Amino acid sequence: MVKRLALLEETPSQTAGPYVHIGCIPSFAGVDGVYPEDLGLSPIREGARGEAITITGSVIDGTGWTLRDAMLESWQADATGRYPGQEGADPNVTGFCRFAAAADSGEFTLHTVKPGRVALRDGRLQAPHVSLWIVGRGINTGLQTRIYFEDEDNSADPLLSRIEQRPRAATLIARRTAPGHYRFDIRLQGEGETVFLDL
Amino acid sequence: MTDPLMPRRWELHPVPRDEDYKTSVTRAPDLPLLSMESTPAEETGPRFGHSLIGPLDNNLILNFTGEAAIGERIRLHGRVLDETGRPVPETLVEIWQANAGGRYRHVKDTYFAPLDPNFGGCGRTLTDAEGRYEFMTIRPGAYPWPNRANDWRPMHVHFSVFGHAFGQRLITQMYFEGDPLIERCPIVHTIRDRGQIERLVAPLDMQNARGMDYLAYRFDIVLRGRRQSMFENRPEGM
Repeated sequence: MVKRLALLEETPSQTAGPYVHIGCIPSFAGVDGVYPEDLGLSPIREGARGEAITITGSVIDGTGWTLRDAMLESWQADATGRYPGQEGADPNVTGFCRFAAAADSGEFTLHTVKPGRVALRDGRLQAPHVSLWIVGRGINTGLQTRIYFEDEDNSADPLLSRIEQRPRAATLIARRTAPGHYRFDIRLQGEGETVFLDL
Repeated sequence: MTDPLMPRRWELHPVPRDEDYKTSVTRAPDLPLLSMESTPAEETGPRFGHSLIGPLDNNLILNFTGEAAIGERIRLHGRVLDETGRPVPETLVEIWQANAGGRYRHVKDTYFAPLDPNFGGCGRTLTDAEGRYEFMTIRPGAYPWPNRANDWRPMHVHFSVFGHAFGQRLITQMYFEGDPLIERCPIVHTIRDRGQIERLVAPLDMQNARGMDYLAYRFDIVLRGRRQSMFENRPEGM
């Protein structure tokens, strides 16, 4: 007999369901008064350093329909590429934001600062990016993806470079629509399916 | 530098697309995920402090109006560990659930079971130094949902856990021992591994129940762990 590895197994995911807002963004669900305010209202505070940017987008299913019940979370480094809690990180960047697809239009909006470049363990620099986690009804395990920026040099990014079908890399790159404004749509399946990540 | 996360074992998780859970059919990615070793984005994550947590945040019986919600009083408790068996201390655990009649307090829930004026349906807490958490709540009701013609969700509580790294992020659901609807639920059965389903079914825990007050259920949660090696953190090929 081979000795078994003494590792535990991860608890399985289950869909966040259509009412995820009750637990995560209660005021969006119409539940007011339990907490003073929703968690993760903004990834930045007054005085955050760097370029202020706004990213808008939507989450689209395989039929082309925009989800109205998705919830998203973002996590990012500050303008110098340091994550909150790391030495020298901007104290006004909390890095974390929660936001929902709007109940009427399905649009989401993220106001933040553009993150800096972050090195991998081997020293290679990644292009600036915001990490996203998407949950909702019909999504059995939260989907990871990333927002990169059209007006940055993404050519040597280690993650983007691993995408074999080169045109698919464009699904991770937010389009600049005006100074400081970007558009990032997430396609769950079908033509133009967003690259989802297993990191 | 942080340690890399252990790769997620997808066979332990639900299949993304399942005909019996109809909404998943148009929302599951068709193409394979792009796999890579975790990066600082997944190895770091938001941390929340005790100043966030109000004294009644983990008491769903009282935290909406201060008056008691209707329903069978229960205590939910357990530990948050990682795959290496280490406790995950000081991490945020959030829950949400339907009321005793199976109705959610959500602008989009139109089921005709009544709202309980004293039940909001959400709670949160931080784990202690040993990864322990607990909530007081009422047992949620089962409810019908639009999927196949007569599908009912078993009684369940939704759990959201952060861990210490964004790549550990997990949302799941806890079920109650003995509920006959568990076997019939297409959402439960998106998980193919029998043992993994059973891990979501919290056993009745009479040792931690209190006479003339509440029943207890125990639910332990395991998040992804980190690989630790002295060979990490050096340039490729050295």
